[in-house]
Amino acid sequence: MSVVERLPVSASGRWLTLAGAAGAWAAAYWVDGWLWDVVFYDLLGMAPDGRLTETLHFFFYDIIKIALLLTGIIFVITVLRSYMSIERTWALLGGRREGAGNVMAAGLGVVTPFCSCSAVPAFIGFVAAGVPIGVTLSFLMASPLVDAVAVGLLLSLFGVKITAIYVGAGLVIAVIGGWLLGRLGVERWVERFVFETKLGWRTVESTAGLSFSQRIQMGAEEVRTVIGKIWPYLLVGIGVGAVIHGWAPEDLFTRYAGSAGVFGVLVAVAIGIPLYSNVAGILPLVVALYDKGLPMGTLLAFMMAVVALSLPEMILLRRVLKPQLLGVYLAVVGTSIVGVGYLFNVLLA
Amino acid sequence: MIVKVLGPGCRNCVNLERVTRDAIGQLELDATVEKVTDFPTIVGYGVMSTPALVVDERVVVSGRVPTTAEVRDLLAAA
Repeated sequence: MSVVERLPVSASGRWLTLAGAAGAWAAAYWVDGWLWDVVFYDLLGMAPDGRLTETLHFFFYDIIKIALLLTGIIFVITVLRSYMSIERTWALLGGRREGAGNVMAAGLGVVTPFCSCSAVPAFIGFVAAGVPIGVTLSFLMASPLVDAVAVGLLLSLFGVKITAIYVGAGLVIAVIGGWLLGRLGVERWVERFVFETKLGWRTVESTAGLSFSQRIQMGAEEVRTVIGKIWPYLLVGIGVGAVIHGWAPEDLFTRYAGSAGVFGVLVAVAIGIPLYSNVAGILPLVVALYDKGLPMGTLLAFMMAVVALSLPEMILLRRVLKPQLLGVYLAVVGTSIVGVGYLFNVLLA
Repeated sequence: MIVKVLGPGCRNCVNLERVTRDAIGQLELDATVEKVTDFPTIVGYGVMSTPALVVDERVVVSGRVPTTAEVRDLLAAA
């Protein structure tokens, strides 16, 4: 039985349920803020600055906090984005030229509801509609580079400035990366069948005309699917973050600033690309590393590498892109991410 | 009645197939469920957001997993 079938049928009843859920969410967030102080310091009598206390406190406080943030952010984003659709983006991009098209595609990549399993049908549909390859690639790059859930989490954990940098950098990479690949004439590295595929006689608008409760259901369903899929990454990420928080020396990274400053970003991206996790699993780690003095540019580069370049996504894209194009794609995005890391390490220092 | 679930096999596609089979079972329909994973065929239906549900060659849902009740209504109307 799905979530929405358990909701009241009347419209006012549904609004009440939604308001109740929002209230419960806020209450849980508030309780999480002081509960673990009481449990560890008062009830168990542990010293607040002990290593084990810090590790356990970080783990329990963060697991609840991140789970709540994720639930709220995914729900709100899914409902908001249900007013957009790949098909609408497709219609907007049809017939656009390179340049302005790349900018538009990158922007739309952020706001269009998109799961990596739709990457291939969307790619074929865009190309069939005459959208230039470079513009299509800008869209495909922006979607994971400026992951909407990552934006929500960064905003709640690090504030407006860092979030703006993350969004700006991701958009610039997607615009320039897609444009560059378009200039390189990568059409020859796209599988032939893509050009031979005929789009259906009319496209199907996926989210048009849905009722509000259907959108609510989409939101609830998405929360369930994502949390169900990523909770192991979340546990590992927060676990590692907690250990670093409690046990790593305060000056771990500043002490090695000389070598870490030069190679830090490269190492972070090299570790991040093969590491496949969700942004939610990575952020607790990022918070812990930031507290220990790792520079923000390095951390943003690490996040982007983990989220935007993943093996499963590459395997999917391999269905439409030949290995050469996949290689160039990886190289362009990877190099840009390294560049962003160094740039912001200098700017934010 | 021929019902097709369009999608490359991601989690949502599996969910949609489960919901569809539930709905068919509840309605006690005589319907065959086929899975379409081939991308050119999926796009041939005009579908760019997976998963999608096709009932007798007509796309009725795309880009989301509806509730069992909604699929039941869609199948009854088809």
